[in-house]
Amino acid sequence: MKELSLNILDIAQNSIHAEATIVRIILTETDETLKLEIEDDGKGMSEEFLARVTDPFSTTRKTRKVGLGLPLLKLAAEQTGGHMTISSREKAIAPDHHGTEVAALFYKNHLDFTPLGDVISTVVSLVQGSPDVDFVFVHEMPDRTVELDTRELREVLGEDIPLSSPDVLVWIRESLTEQYGTGD
Amino acid sequence: MKSLEELKAIRERMQNKVVLREGGADKRIVVGMATCGIAAGARPVLNAFVEEIANRGLTGAVEVSQTGCIGMCRFEPIVEVFEGDQRVTYVHVDPVKAREIVARHIVGGEPIVEYTIGAAEK
Repeated sequence: MKELSLNILDIAQNSIHAEATIVRIILTETDETLKLEIEDDGKGMSEEFLARVTDPFSTTRKTRKVGLGLPLLKLAAEQTGGHMTISSREKAIAPDHHGTEVAALFYKNHLDFTPLGDVISTVVSLVQGSPDVDFVFVHEMPDRTVELDTRELREVLGEDIPLSSPDVLVWIRESLTEQYGTGD
Repeated sequence: MKSLEELKAIRERMQNKVVLREGGADKRIVVGMATCGIAAGARPVLNAFVEEIANRGLTGAVEVSQTGCIGMCRFEPIVEVFEGDQRVTYVHVDPVKAREIVARHIVGGEPIVEYTIGAAEK
């Protein structure tokens, strides 16, 4: 992937396939590191599947929904000296707190760090594709924090207006663009 | 700072229009957004379709949606256009081609043969 934000889009799709109702994407940046956390309340993975989920060559047809996405994210983190971890609780075993968390740490000054890229387009694409799923996006940087919570938007818009409406998508894009600030 | 007041204005504007719900669209544009599609550049293609359909006032008449891997990764970004029983599969789509597909196929009614999988396989 040319941008980390494309990995984020890809991994968040796994949460959507796992029937999550809410997906949290949390980015925490310091001058040296970038931490990415993607958390969902989807159906989770079995321990057995979790153990081999980052091995691209053990993926079977039945499980191909996961495919190469996690191995690519793991590689992107490890090639900067960082790492990736996954935890998950299956719905059958943990009916009250099922879901999956993927966390990856990147060292930004490493030569092989993939830039974050257009994370705004990633958020807009996710909302466009899954307007019934809620997304919480937080990007904490040393000098500012960018946030979006689609539950707040839904509250204002009511049930009749889908989050994937073009005007709403434009609002989301502009809101995030403004928060990031232009020209710096 | 974008305010929630602006969202309220969007809501009021939209409530005054007849909102076509899912399934009401007679044309469907489906963009492959699995790992293979995303790596090949599907995200800007999706956004180009969404923008172009909105700018031309075709929201409601044309639905833009996302799908997973259809097993032809080497042709990604792949875009399928559905209209009635007809399906046209476009391959190696980029944002420029996406806007052209809207203009010539969606609006003009003529599929762009040279961008289809049939042409790419020759």
